[in-house]
Amino acid sequence: MEMGVTYNSMELMICCAARCLEDGKTVAVGTGIPCAAAMLAQRTAAPNLVICFEAGGVAPQLPTMPISVGDSRTFWRGVMATSMADVMETCQRGLMDYTFLGGAQIDPYGNLNSTLIGGDYARPRTRLPGSGGANDLASFCWRILVVTKHDRRRFVEKLDFLTTPGYLTGAGAREAAGLAPGTGPYRVITDLAILGYHEESKRMEVVSLHPGVTLDQVRANTGFELGAATNLLPTSPPTELELRIVREEVDPFRYIIGRG
Amino acid sequence: MAATPQGSGALFADPSSDQARDFFRTKPRAMTDKVVPVAEAVARLVNDGDYLAIGGFGCDRIPTAVCHEVVRQRKQDLRFAGYTATHTFQILAAGNRTGRGQTLAKVDIAYVVGLEARGLSPHGRRVLESGDVECTEWSNYTLALRFKAAAMGLPFLPCRSLAGSDTFRRSAAKMMVCPFTGEALTAVPALYPDAAAIHVHEADRFGNCRIRGTSVADLDLARAAKRLIVTCERLISNDVIRQDPTLTAIPFYCVDAVCEVPYGSYPGNMPYEYFSDEEHIKLWLEVEKDLERYQNFLESFVFGVRDFHEYLERCGGLRRLQELRRQELLLNPLP
Repeated sequence: MEMGVTYNSMELMICCAARCLEDGKTVAVGTGIPCAAAMLAQRTAAPNLVICFEAGGVAPQLPTMPISVGDSRTFWRGVMATSMADVMETCQRGLMDYTFLGGAQIDPYGNLNSTLIGGDYARPRTRLPGSGGANDLASFCWRILVVTKHDRRRFVEKLDFLTTPGYLTGAGAREAAGLAPGTGPYRVITDLAILGYHEESKRMEVVSLHPGVTLDQVRANTGFELGAATNLLPTSPPTELELRIVREEVDPFRYIIGRG
Repeated sequence: MAATPQGSGALFADPSSDQARDFFRTKPRAMTDKVVPVAEAVARLVNDGDYLAIGGFGCDRIPTAVCHEVVRQRKQDLRFAGYTATHTFQILAAGNRTGRGQTLAKVDIAYVVGLEARGLSPHGRRVLESGDVECTEWSNYTLALRFKAAAMGLPFLPCRSLAGSDTFRRSAAKMMVCPFTGEALTAVPALYPDAAAIHVHEADRFGNCRIRGTSVADLDLARAAKRLIVTCERLISNDVIRQDPTLTAIPFYCVDAVCEVPYGSYPGNMPYEYFSDEEHIKLWLEVEKDLERYQNFLESFVFGVRDFHEYLERCGGLRRLQELRRQELLLNPLP
């Protein structure tokens, strides 16, 4: 434990997400934490990480955090500014290793809802944006990562709408539905823990607990039965180097870490 | 688990490629001068009940002036393709529940209501939660693929997305089996919009267009649309086009009207030209919370202004645009 290093939950989540990304791989990201994580990964363990944006930006040298998945920062000094179909079809061909997604709700199998909350489809209580590119990216990319706050409102047994496929109803369900084999959810990074998926059942389980967080605390904030990996590890806190890069290079205006 | 064979969502446009061919057979292809004011283009090329599609992505390279004109002219009962339609959806939704009838009647949704990291549009929610707009769900890629199918002159294209989700169940897609490999595929119907608008960097008077930066779905949309309005940052001569035809993204025979609208993507971003006006977008989101305040805002910024020039003036004019240009090109000192 590095005494004296203080950080907030956003900084911790960015660092955890960045560590999931291996060097020489490809990642389709959106704005916010995923983008920050990819930028941090490039500056630490994964200098050859290729960052792609669904609107067509490929391998930019991001000068600042983009506001939109399609703004000009997403291809600033990039190697290509192409079409949405080109990026999505690169994913569909099997060339995209990771994608980061989010949602208002996530269920035990990593399925996501970003379409509506409450009411019925024709008259929802809260209408949310819909899939955007999430359904496509979750269908095409090899490993799906989710970064989200951890509470019972978000981690629910049953979604109000299954916008984006995780493991659907469990092992084999993606393939049975017609999705490409070998794809699926990989990690969920929250402000309490890092979660993965059980090898056989494909249900979500705790992989590591953030410093000072107990398993009971994670379960109390989860709206479904949550298992834990047999070799449950503590999350390594952010290093001084990671924090310096996040604060000085990745998010100097504190757009994201200011919310932690 | 058996794959759901077909979504229950309504199909808002005819995917028939034979029908499309019949239309395109009659589409004018003479290289004529198509430069007109935006108001005239919208009056002539966007009709009540049309299926309308708008180019760009989010607040990026959007034909704002056309969207303003559509609601200013009180176009009614449009069908609309919402693929990461953020500010454009905001503008068109301003024609619903504001005492101007109903601009939007049916929406194919991939992404609407939200403005990405900026939050949700209160009025967009008001319109969609009221139940008076009929919706069908898609995703960004499947809507883009629907334009691609149309651009190819086909009735559908297959992909490996949507399967297993409620998005599929609320779409009008169908599962199919590949006749060669037996792999499961999702078939999405071609989308031939009646009218479309795209904002580009440069165009000549005939409609040959150049785009810098990402093209999003616009190259396919331009070819899929039956009628296309192009707004451009600046007109260039046909001579310049012919000096390097590799740079032409949209050819003249796809285009029905060319409108020169400098800063035409404002308050959105235009790559290599100007950044988005985040303060103005924030204001827009703020005033939407209260319907009466929003109506007053729309009156002074959209409904009650003569044209896009006047809107730009009300938003701070050249002084503000100069700031946004410096922001885009990273020419400002660090704060």
